[in-house]
Amino acid sequence: MKLNIKYFGLLAEVTGCNQEVIAFSEASVSELLTVLFKKYPNLEDKDFQVAQNQKIVSKDTILSEHEIALLPPFSGG
Amino acid sequence: MKSHYYLLFQGAKRRRDLRGFKQTGQDKLELMSRYSRHILLSGVGQEGQDKLSQASVLVVGAGGLGCPVLQYLAAAGIGTLGIIDFDLVEISNLQRQILFGTSSLGINKALAAKTRLEDLNPEIEIKAYPEQLTPDNAIDLFKAYDIIVDGTDNFATRYLINDAAVLSNKPVVYGAIYKFEGQVSVFNYKNGPSYRCLFPNPPKEGSVANCSEVGVLGVLPGIIGSMQANETLKMILDFDHVLSGKLFCFDAKTSQTTTIDISRSETQFNKVKANKFKEQHYAFSCETAVSEISTTALSEKEPVQFIDVREHHEQPKVSLTNCIQIPLGELKQELDQINTNINTIIFCKSGLRSKTAVALLKEHNIDHCYSLKGGVSALIEYLKINAYER
Repeated sequence: MKLNIKYFGLLAEVTGCNQEVIAFSEASVSELLTVLFKKYPNLEDKDFQVAQNQKIVSKDTILSEHEIALLPPFSGG
Repeated sequence: MKSHYYLLFQGAKRRRDLRGFKQTGQDKLELMSRYSRHILLSGVGQEGQDKLSQASVLVVGAGGLGCPVLQYLAAAGIGTLGIIDFDLVEISNLQRQILFGTSSLGINKALAAKTRLEDLNPEIEIKAYPEQLTPDNAIDLFKAYDIIVDGTDNFATRYLINDAAVLSNKPVVYGAIYKFEGQVSVFNYKNGPSYRCLFPNPPKEGSVANCSEVGVLGVLPGIIGSMQANETLKMILDFDHVLSGKLFCFDAKTSQTTTIDISRSETQFNKVKANKFKEQHYAFSCETAVSEISTTALSEKEPVQFIDVREHHEQPKVSLTNCIQIPLGELKQELDQINTNINTIIFCKSGLRSKTAVALLKEHNIDHCYSLKGGVSALIEYLKINAYER
């Protein structure tokens, strides 16, 4: 399946793109993250949450949908 | 002619009347004109306006987010507005912190905001707290208000606000920005999730850039702060669809918005309730990062005092009337020599001892201290170029 991954805030700077499409066989969030950390080593020490189809999901959720978002916390005000 | 005391009494009475006491015909007419666009609006009306005038809101941080929040809440006639901020207005704030002008430079933000807002709406009560939010004052302060608005610029205070709000059972209107992007949500509202349900723990140190070093598009906090004001009004007016359980994300560059669902985690609530709040250590990330300043930014900090923390024998000497020499080893005993009302610039030979000095002063609750990058040689170069005379 194809996942459309959106990167927010600082994460877009780490990956160099706001979003990308990744071909991925059905697996969990943490397995997707392993793939992404290999592709972007600087992503690994960043804090963020993962959303699937606009809903925050845990690391062991099995990905079945297409819309993934990586959301870091913002501190600025 | 009516006496001064009579007029004072009338002013106080008018503010009291606003919060539900009997009003005179003239008072009523004046208020109906001020809020006529609310009163005309179906869904608000006089009933809604009365709710606003009976509400109390505490805004933590009168910065980029706090300014628009305060401006719209004051204009809307929120009965009691609290403002807590320990920081002083600097020239680099004026690009986005729209309550302040050049005449506010060097003045505490809570006090400067209060002055501006009293002119905007003298009918409401505005309380300024020119101090830092800490585990010691947070709970008592939160208990005195209906709604807390988070307009801070660092993770330490955001987690402190979350925990104090959970313990005092108050809703929090959250807003945060990063460069061109912003986030908005309402936490701890009608059994909805809290900030820790979204981000359980503060980021690892160093993983997020220091707040003061990141740029921001000036209008962005205006947009995000206005949305926070909107959520605050929605709660007071009992509207449906409050942004609880949802994280609203906005990108100013693409004008794209995304709304993400967040679920409540009882574990996160229970953790906060089980921890000894006053013993929690909230000073992490930006708070612990020692503030450094380069000579090019010095003019922004005026008025300043310099502290030379080198030993007495070290050369070259710097002769400035607004400079005192306190060797690092003696600093702890000489804290009363420091004027805490203005910014303090600390320098040494290379910029290392001055960092230790800043950390030491922060430990003793002396804020607005900066370690000068490049030490004494950078300072002398700066003084030469600017023909700095004191």
